[in-house]
Amino acid sequence: MSPKTRMIEVRQNVLKQNDVVARALRERFHEAGVFVVSLVSSPGAGKTALLEKTLTLLRQQFRVAALVGDLATENDAARLARSQAPVKQIITGTVCHLEAAMVQSALEGWNLDELDFLFIENVGNLVCPSSYDLGEDLRLVLMSVTEGEDKPLKYPTIFNSADVALIAKIDLAAAVEFNAVVANRNIQAVRPEMTVLDVSAKSGEGVEKFLDFLRSRRNAARAVAASQRAKAFAAPD
Amino acid sequence: MHELSIAMSIVDLAQEEADRRGGVQIKAVHLRLGLLSGVVKDALLSSYEMACEDTPLQGSRLVVEEVPVLIFCRQCDAQRPVHSTQMFCCSECGTPTGEVVQGKELLVVGLEVED
Ligand SMILES: Nc1nc2c(ncn2[C@@H]2O[C@H](COP(=O)(O)OP(=O)(O)OP(=O)(O)O)[C@@H](O)[C@H]2O)c(=O)[nH]1
Ligand SMILES: [Mg+2]
Ligand SMILES: [Zn+2]
Repeated sequence: MSPKTRMIEVRQNVLKQNDVVARALRERFHEAGVFVVSLVSSPGAGKTALLEKTLTLLRQQFRVAALVGDLATENDAARLARSQAPVKQIITGTVCHLEAAMVQSALEGWNLDELDFLFIENVGNLVCPSSYDLGEDLRLVLMSVTEGEDKPLKYPTIFNSADVALIAKIDLAAAVEFNAVVANRNIQAVRPEMTVLDVSAKSGEGVEKFLDFLRSRRNAARAVAASQRAKAFAAPD
Repeated sequence: MHELSIAMSIVDLAQEEADRRGGVQIKAVHLRLGLLSGVVKDALLSSYEMACEDTPLQGSRLVVEEVPVLIFCRQCDAQRPVHSTQMFCCSECGTPTGEVVQGKELLVVGLEVED
């Protein structure tokens, strides 16, 4: 420090704007009773394929909708719309991840009270989305069997920021000599006790189990919200 | 690569702080960067220079203090450094844990200014 300079202490979170919006979204989601699930993965790991299947099947029982982020195209929204669920594309342009404000503006005009599940497909990218809270209840990281078992070790931050890991395209496991033991060990190394589920959007293997998992997580979240409401009601002012 | 947009946020945030303090000139911005923040130090440093161009912060430095990851180890009943970001277990006793208590920070903590 040269003699003329002095130090000012500050304490400001660089991502504060995103965090503020994400917190507001999370509150809105909870009030509306919609369970929000985001999906992250490398490009092409199978997010849209799994989501199309998920929307189609969950729609029979729940009110579901999806937002999908992409740098440039509307392809994924068009694929997801085949499920008949409400879908909106978020075109991010040069931005390599979704931010809470993009989710917020995409939801303008939507009545969240009319939804049970909202899915958010992030831009295919295992790096950038990890820093941005979107207000979701659950973050899924997909890793397809064709990517190699070492992805968790190469991208520990995103695996660490996620709640659940899905091993996707499990129908191709034998063809690519996928080593499930090594993959699981690597996932647990960067996120001990993480739930890991195998799925194939193509053959349908593991999809029912995945849907059960989503339903039970939603029920658990609703139970917590109900008991919090009861407590708030019972507490004297 | 989201380091440029992070760098731009840092520049905006620092300038706001400077303006609130009566338009001091910023010579350096001090940042605490968690190893789990998802931001790469070298990429951020070069993005910072770009983000400062044509702003009052042009020519200023970004001083990055990297913050190690700490986990809460139930076995030790204490906060401990993580073995590595590829191996989330207690560096003392080896118990695996995902309970991160430090390492996600992306905080501006100080400004070196000239009046
Ligand atoms: N065999 C097999 N192929 C799959 C499966 N899921 C997806 N694919 C194929 O993998 C390719 C990429 O799938 P997408 O669903 O577009 O992947 P994505 O993660 O949404 O891709 P981006 O949004 O571009 O990042 C497509 O050719 C799919 O048909 C699966 O379970 N099994
Ligand atoms: Mg997709
Ligand atoms: Zn320990």
